[in-house]
Amino acid sequence: MSSAVIDKRRREIVTPEGVALSFRVASRSARAGALMLDFAILMLTGIVVTVALISIAGGVLDTEGEGASGAGEFLFVVWTLFWFFLWNGYFIVMELGPRGATFGKRAVGVRVASRDGGRLTAEAVLARNLLRDIELFLPLVMLMVAPSGDAGYAGIAAACWFLVFMLFPFFNRDALRAGDLVAGTWVVEAPRTRLEEALSTTGAMRDNASAVTGAAYRFGDAELSVYGEHELQTLERVLREDRPEAMAAVHEAICRKIGWEPGAGDERAFLEAFYAQLRARLEGGMRFGKRKKDKHS
Amino acid sequence: MKAPALASLFGRGTVAAPPPDIAAAALRSDRFRLEREQEWSRLEAMLDRIEKGHLRRLSDEDVMALPVLYRTAASSLAVARETSLDAATLAYLEALVQRAWFQVYGPREGVIAWLRRFLGGDLSRAVREIWLDSCIALFVMVMGTVAGWLLVARDQDWYFSLVPTQFADTRVPGASREALLQTLKVEEDSGGLSAFAAYLFQNNAGVAILAFALGFAFGVPTLMLLAQNMAILGAMLWLYHDAGLLPQFLAWLGVHGTTELFAILLAGAAGLHIGRKMAFPGQRSVMAAAAEAGRRGAQVMVGVVLMLVFAALLEAFPRQLAGTEARAIIGLFMLVMWLAYFYAFRGRNRTGTA
Repeated sequence: MSSAVIDKRRREIVTPEGVALSFRVASRSARAGALMLDFAILMLTGIVVTVALISIAGGVLDTEGEGASGAGEFLFVVWTLFWFFLWNGYFIVMELGPRGATFGKRAVGVRVASRDGGRLTAEAVLARNLLRDIELFLPLVMLMVAPSGDAGYAGIAAACWFLVFMLFPFFNRDALRAGDLVAGTWVVEAPRTRLEEALSTTGAMRDNASAVTGAAYRFGDAELSVYGEHELQTLERVLREDRPEAMAAVHEAICRKIGWEPGAGDERAFLEAFYAQLRARLEGGMRFGKRKKDKHS
Repeated sequence: MKAPALASLFGRGTVAAPPPDIAAAALRSDRFRLEREQEWSRLEAMLDRIEKGHLRRLSDEDVMALPVLYRTAASSLAVARETSLDAATLAYLEALVQRAWFQVYGPREGVIAWLRRFLGGDLSRAVREIWLDSCIALFVMVMGTVAGWLLVARDQDWYFSLVPTQFADTRVPGASREALLQTLKVEEDSGGLSAFAAYLFQNNAGVAILAFALGFAFGVPTLMLLAQNMAILGAMLWLYHDAGLLPQFLAWLGVHGTTELFAILLAGAAGLHIGRKMAFPGQRSVMAAAAEAGRRGAQVMVGVVLMLVFAALLEAFPRQLAGTEARAIIGLFMLVMWLAYFYAFRGRNRTGTA
């Protein structure tokens, strides 16, 4: 989370406007979860449609007459094609949509994107989904067959071979699966963040004084210089979460650090004032090209 | 609060938030943010609608404004990164610019437009680009057939190890000419044939996709799959040749086989293409070469699935209902048609650029 820790999953793309846009590669667990959700949806849809078709077929076969066998055959055709297109088409159609994600991917907040920063083409989406069989189903089948010994050593060798594809995402840092590699795509996090309230328009930051006690907290340069950006953003999070016990703890920690006598009952106003003045100081430094990462720098 | 929230839920107009009190903000970076906040939320509301697939419902004015708002947000992000320490605002802007970037530079082409471009030249071009792999696949398929024939001709026991039991019902060495002729007969009525076609399509498309996907493993499994399947064909060719029924069998097979075998050849070649490009990427990185070959292969594969639809229809209807001459003519016609489409057809406006 913090800027002090190097984020291993962060990648940068420079847009044509010259703005560096950062992406986070989706975690493997998120993708596995999305896949399971998608297959749950597929199975459910498939079963519902199959049951519906069977009930229709039952009705058709009850009626005696010329058209009965033709109608039954038609239902079989519909059923066969339905499964084919459900199995192969669901991922392709969903990923070609404006969100670039299946329902499962949307639920976990990831999407498919082109690795080179270009547009996601239809060919790329097709390619990444056509490889799904050898990455998932063949390895699973092989793994089930191999231990039984029916297929002999060839079966075990084949199982190992297909495991390479199945475990492919674990052996590269972008968590690419074989389909991603072939299509030139990757799966990135697609956060949908709401805009939070601006902090300095409210409370002690606006009025320069506490609403409870009327006290105006003023901090000197020496007191503000002990903290850096990392601590500021931690403080921001505490203020936004607005939990009294957390604020009390932070209030006490700051007082101890800067040598003040911690009081009680007016923690929020104290923290708001400290936040506003620290941020003003750090942002002032930024304008002159001076940045202070954290309290150690 | 209730009414505007509901209105925005149903997408009827945007909620007009009151303009923020910019002067109230104590910090310069918060004033910067409050000045631009309304443009950001307008962009966000538009993105919400586009992502739901309601692009058509955007007014012309909004569509014109989208790139401008995107650039504004992108430059706001660049400025905010250098001047603001408000982590929440930065996270919001990062997400907003990223979402907008996907829509501004995302695919603007509909399925119909893509299909028209695809059938009107892209497919043929992709097939021509994998000519070398097609030749290799053809060679392997011919060798597989010849090998199957020769093995069975030398020792008939090979027939049983090559041909899976589902095909070896009455079609076994030593079967009478009549029994074999019976398997090639013309059906009287068309009952059950469309179900047969649907089943064939699903089965064959699955095999083709597998042949393609296996090519990723440097192409070796694809070649094995092709050779093995063609050895079955070779064995059966020998069987009918032995009974003196080779022309009838070829016609029976060719009516859909020219299309189907061609499709499987292309699927194998597309898989092989990826494997070959990964093994020999040339000047580019392996990743870039694999991505380019994969996209080309995917185009071929869509063509393969379309061909298999034709093949299944041909296999279910003309093969079961037409006589030997008609079968042979249809099969040859389809072959000539595919060859002309893939190798002679250059597309409408791509001749200059190719």
